[in-house]
Amino acid sequence: MNATRMLELRDISFSYQRPVLNGITFDVCAGEIVALLGPNGVGKSTLLSIAQGALKPQSGQVLFNGQSIANFSQREMARRMAIVAQPGVVRFPLTVIEYVLTGRFAHVGALGFDSPRDIEIARKALLDTDALQFAERKFNELSSGERQRVVLARALAQDPQLLLLDEPTANADIAHQISLLAFVRALSREKNLGVLVVTHEINLAAEFADRVAMLKDGRLLACGSPADVMTAELLSELFATRLIVDRHPQSGNPRVSWAMTAREEPPRDSV
Amino acid sequence: MTNLKRMLFEQNFDPSLKMTIRGYLTKRRAMAVMIVLSLALVTGSLCALAVGSEHIAAHQIFAALWAKLIGAAPRLSREQEVIIFGLRVPRIALSLGVGSALAIAGAAFQALLRNPLADPYVLGVSGGAALGSIIAIIVASDVSISRPLFGFAGAAIATVIVYRIGRRDEDPAHLVLAGVVMSTFISSVMVLLTVLADNIKLRNITLWLLGDLSSGSIEGLIFVMVAAVVGTIILMTQSRALNLMMIGERDAFALGVETARVRWIVYLTASLLTGAAVAVGGAIGYVGLVVPHLVRLAAGADNRLVIPASGMVGALLVLLADLVARTALAPRELPTGAITALIGAPVFVYLLIRNRR
Repeated sequence: MNATRMLELRDISFSYQRPVLNGITFDVCAGEIVALLGPNGVGKSTLLSIAQGALKPQSGQVLFNGQSIANFSQREMARRMAIVAQPGVVRFPLTVIEYVLTGRFAHVGALGFDSPRDIEIARKALLDTDALQFAERKFNELSSGERQRVVLARALAQDPQLLLLDEPTANADIAHQISLLAFVRALSREKNLGVLVVTHEINLAAEFADRVAMLKDGRLLACGSPADVMTAELLSELFATRLIVDRHPQSGNPRVSWAMTAREEPPRDSV
Repeated sequence: MTNLKRMLFEQNFDPSLKMTIRGYLTKRRAMAVMIVLSLALVTGSLCALAVGSEHIAAHQIFAALWAKLIGAAPRLSREQEVIIFGLRVPRIALSLGVGSALAIAGAAFQALLRNPLADPYVLGVSGGAALGSIIAIIVASDVSISRPLFGFAGAAIATVIVYRIGRRDEDPAHLVLAGVVMSTFISSVMVLLTVLADNIKLRNITLWLLGDLSSGSIEGLIFVMVAAVVGTIILMTQSRALNLMMIGERDAFALGVETARVRWIVYLTASLLTGAAVAVGGAIGYVGLVVPHLVRLAAGADNRLVIPASGMVGALLVLLADLVARTALAPRELPTGAITALIGAPVFVYLLIRNRR
């Protein structure tokens, strides 16, 4: 893909008590979906927080369209990138449309009421994520899968150039996992949106990502197209588990399964 | 709509596209709520002016107010004049100021701490105010100015200490914990102090701790009114940001809110608002806890409306509670805070049960 670099992570290092990230460098281009894979606790969410400016790296820098994000105000950041994470509990009787309208915060003044244009953008976002039918319901009454779509709608209402997704399909059933990622891909193509998605759904990453970045022990193990890097060797090393890779019968993209040892094989009579 | 019209209309009706969405705050709805509450507040205030040990008919009150306004000769007896303008007007104004300050502070704290059942006293502010006030009652001979002054100083000191201990990170639980520790520490100091007080002062302290609007001074009144107005304006400027903070600080940050700044502005303003109210009117309970919650039930959770509407409902509640306090067992006076607790505690229990479902 020859698109312009949008998000650039340059030699990022970060540690809490122990070192977490150690010299990470990679890019996300406009109109491209990059999946970030790696075992639990490897610092994927930390990396997203750094990209978003919520955490400052100990060394290295984050560039957005060539400018260091350290120069942006929080409001300017929110107009450029949106993050979709697991929604927390909202204990207040906020309606879904109110929740989505909070996505307009960085675009409007700190005072006053939402303009008809803001309402229209919020409505469009809800329509796009198949959530318009519960626009008037209370956010905390929705199921977790429905909430996930509303959170995505709020991110769309931000009208961002870059989308950071932190396990966006964690609570969705398989149908919604696929439709959500298909929608994100269509959106990315249509609006030239850069997407960085952290996920544990390896097979969905293989189908929907343009590139895959693998994070292991604070370093980038590999980064490239799914066909190039999603090999049995690299994936098995990444997750420290024996994995087998074959091809999806329709798309031909890598398909990952777990290599059973004799001990893990189910007893025959129970199947 | 006729049947034909309806048929024509529904033919090109795509519900997903044409559906008008309700469920968000419009200017019209906000205005409607504020107008209704203003009318209720004016009516309530006039009732409170009329009722008391000396009953004065409503038309006389109107005439007297009008005369005062245009500078005409008074229509009432000298005695009635003193009762209305010297006693009732300041006391009513005091109850309005204290009630709105507490309720607004409560609404702001609940949004900031992401807990709809938080209380403006939860962060130890009232403890600081109470300690300062009790020191004033014990030490000073004339409490009319020294008590609110000491009370507010106590509230401010407690606020700063709690904030310094509790602001470690974005988890509001640390603030609450620091506040609880502060409160228990201060109440033990207060118990030690009450041992030193003589009987009359002890009675004053007890009354005051329950919330008492009967001994307010003009200085205290002006102080709490100014605090309520300034505090409301500051918190209103943060109300949209508070809507986002209410969802979560991480979310708010990602959506463009300078969370650290909003947090200290709201925390300090709401604390000092509480401090001002407690320093002047005593620890009147349940107003800051219950009122914002009721407003949210009736008008939704948007802080652009919840904050000002809570101010008005809080003012109304304390006004009515104080009316009961000074008339129910007249000439004996009850502490206003006892009445708000009598009303507030059952309402609170009801909300808790309702919330669990």
